[in-house]
Amino acid sequence: MNALFIAALLLVLLGLSYQMGWSRSKKLAAAEGESMHSRPVYHGAFVAIWALLPALVVFGLWALFARSASDNYIISQLPPETSSLAQGEVTSAIQRVKSIASGFGVVGQADPVEAKAAEAYNQFRTLITLGVLAAAAGMGLLGLLWARSRIAKRFRARNEVELAIRIGLIACSAIAILTTLGIALSLIADALQFFSFVQPLDFFFGTSWNPRFQSTGSDAVGEYGLLPLLWGTIMVSGIAMLVAIPVGLMSAIYLSQYADYRVRNVVKPIIEVLAGIPTIVYGFFALVTVGPFLSSAGDLIGIDIRATSALTAGVVMGIMIIPFISSLSEDILHQVPNAMRDGSLGLGATKSETIVNVLVPAALPGIVGAVLLATSRAIGETMIVVLAAGNSPVLRLNPAEPVSTVTVTIVNQLTGDADFTSPQSLVAFALGLTLFAMTLLLNVVALYIVRRFREQYE
Amino acid sequence: MSDITASGEALPSGKNVRELVHQSLGRRHRQETIFKSMGLVAILVALGFVAILFSIMLTKGLPAFWQANLHTQVYFDPDIIKGGPRPVQEAGQSDADYRQQDLAWQRQVTLSNWNAIVEQTVRDVAPDTDAEKRDILAIITSSARFKLRDMYVEDPSLLGQTVPVTLLASADADNWVKGKLARDLPDERQQLSRSSRDLADQLLADGDITFDFATHIFTNVDSRSAPASAGLAGAFMGSLYMMMVVIVLAVPIGVASAVYLEEFAPKNRWTDLIEVNINNLAAVPSIVFGLLGAAVFINYFGLPRSAPLVGGLVLTLMTLPTIIIATRSSLRAVPPSLRQAALGLGASRNQTVFHHVLPLTFPGILTATIIGVAQALGETAPLLLIGMNAFIANIPASPLDSATALPVQIYLWQANENRHFFEARTSAAIIVLLGLMIVLNAIAIVLRTRLEKRR
Repeated sequence: MNALFIAALLLVLLGLSYQMGWSRSKKLAAAEGESMHSRPVYHGAFVAIWALLPALVVFGLWALFARSASDNYIISQLPPETSSLAQGEVTSAIQRVKSIASGFGVVGQADPVEAKAAEAYNQFRTLITLGVLAAAAGMGLLGLLWARSRIAKRFRARNEVELAIRIGLIACSAIAILTTLGIALSLIADALQFFSFVQPLDFFFGTSWNPRFQSTGSDAVGEYGLLPLLWGTIMVSGIAMLVAIPVGLMSAIYLSQYADYRVRNVVKPIIEVLAGIPTIVYGFFALVTVGPFLSSAGDLIGIDIRATSALTAGVVMGIMIIPFISSLSEDILHQVPNAMRDGSLGLGATKSETIVNVLVPAALPGIVGAVLLATSRAIGETMIVVLAAGNSPVLRLNPAEPVSTVTVTIVNQLTGDADFTSPQSLVAFALGLTLFAMTLLLNVVALYIVRRFREQYE
Repeated sequence: MSDITASGEALPSGKNVRELVHQSLGRRHRQETIFKSMGLVAILVALGFVAILFSIMLTKGLPAFWQANLHTQVYFDPDIIKGGPRPVQEAGQSDADYRQQDLAWQRQVTLSNWNAIVEQTVRDVAPDTDAEKRDILAIITSSARFKLRDMYVEDPSLLGQTVPVTLLASADADNWVKGKLARDLPDERQQLSRSSRDLADQLLADGDITFDFATHIFTNVDSRSAPASAGLAGAFMGSLYMMMVVIVLAVPIGVASAVYLEEFAPKNRWTDLIEVNINNLAAVPSIVFGLLGAAVFINYFGLPRSAPLVGGLVLTLMTLPTIIIATRSSLRAVPPSLRQAALGLGASRNQTVFHHVLPLTFPGILTATIIGVAQALGETAPLLLIGMNAFIANIPASPLDSATALPVQIYLWQANENRHFFEARTSAAIIVLLGLMIVLNAIAIVLRTRLEKRR
């Protein structure tokens, strides 16, 4: 059905209903000689809501069922043996009828049966389109009339409209809940399906990762040990935190305690630029610059460092995380009451002594929270590791060797083929569930700590 | 303690406190200096990373915007071009039949030996070259023959005529004349044969090859067979569609939930749960949203893979928390006195919020939107899981067509085997992406300061 036509119908309905509610309200007010409960705009909006809602419901139902309805109609027009054909042939038969019906035609001569079906289909479509339009318009008009009839002097149209708006707002904020539920349910459902192929114990405590691809053996399942991936994740994020915590924390301290406000206003946004750079850019940076640099630096001091390794990925991820730690810690340092700082300075402590012995201990819970949040970010980071960690799912202690992580493996297992039945792709959901659980735990603990810390000084 | 210090009494160690403090002062001040310089070093390190990152991307990427082109004349040789005159639709012929006939003619045209025409075109400017056909074709991008064919299909009257034409040099030739390949490597390790290299050098010296601004980076789509002509247009459109979906869905929904949570929601368990949930969603790794998209939108609802619509939906869910949190904080910044005044004058809560509070937060909402869109624009990982990394050779015409996105295009290009060429190309794409983000943020800053000034 023509989307423009529907939009036009809805617009007409909207304008008409609003106008009718509005004028009715005006007329009543004039007739009664005293003021109504609600302003005319609310009567208009009230009628408009009740006119549009039923029409939208009709269109929504049609959108849901249109395709299957028209396909079924075409099949019923074609000879009965058509429906017993293979799925693909039925679809192409339907497609042929549709393109004949649209007037575009098919290559060669159209079958008389097809031509007849196309003609019938065209009639059917016109009929249904008109029917749906009429139904929508009719339902809309019914709603309009009903709503209009309710307008009276004491009728609380404003309250009704506000209630409708309130319901809309609640529905919008429920989407956040639905998203979490959707994530949890879809991950759990597909992970359970994966665990019907592989024992959970083998997955969570396996030390070998070797998911064979289905083409290599008909029913080869392969080995799905999580530990090498988990270790890779921990190693990369550990290195990232080793880079990010000192730099981030010291910048936060310098900016909040030492720096002139003019310096601060310039430096802070520049550091925050680091947080806005897409992670794929960091990945490329790691691949073409940091990796080769670390590798040749390693050659200089006689250590063998691979260009794509846990070290490369970790260092670059650390750079990415600096602004998270610095801006969160800076906020938190600002929340420590000035009295504590002034007291320490008044007793003769130097600035650095005040910071180390008073400010940081007081802010410690908040800083820990910030570090945990940053860690959860590091664990879930994907593109840097995909590009720069070397993708080698083997348990290794040496950070200068390539590793693989949970996120990289999710990408590797689910990119390319779209089938959701083999353990090779389903394992991505089990990995995703592990990742989700890990970050959820870190986030909840971190948010709890930060919240407690805020309340402490408020 | 203060009593002792004041009276200068001796401590058990035999020295008084003043002396002790004086003795330690030097050390403590040194510590202070060290600590302060550590902070300064940390700042410099962070700033240094920003500087290094940008300068490397610029030095690597900017040269890729200028590519080698060969300027010459092409003769549409009637002996080579097949297919005869273009068919005309006769009266009574169905569209499908005519389309098929026309396609058959185009196929005949395509089957002509366009490479011979390309070869002749190059020989015209370098008549004395000893290069063979293969060597000549190696320095011209393989899409040149399609360019000539398209010129002919567009205007069949070109047959037998000679017209000036600009042909893009191949990626290998571009590398060579830009000096990116070591000239002293032995022949077997060079991408181009010796005669190809000599020909390219000669054409460059004669001024037939010049470096022109590569507009096709912005107008072409990705290409595998002719990497020199690969462009970002398809990825850009894909990203644009996704950003449209994000703006249309995430902004209204995000603002509505922020308004509800901040202005209407009673403080109870339920709203507490929503609050914790939103804060937590903001920290869920983006790749998990990709898994959600693959499992729910593609597998369950059966939406098409690789479609910007699905990508936009996934990115919407991902950016919602960002927009909600930022909008809430700008709602919180509106002074309560404003609400009390409105309520005191008899406005309903809805009227208070929508007529008085929300308009004040407009700059904040705008900033939140742009932060969210910038975040969505740069996201790669979830898009890989919903199939947006497929190779797409045309510009998507609607949000339901297969497409890719700018960051995904960067991902695809960095993996290309032709490292020398694609390292620069990838950096160029990164410059475009970062440029878009800077423009977005600049718009946000300008609009915000303007809007805030008006009040």
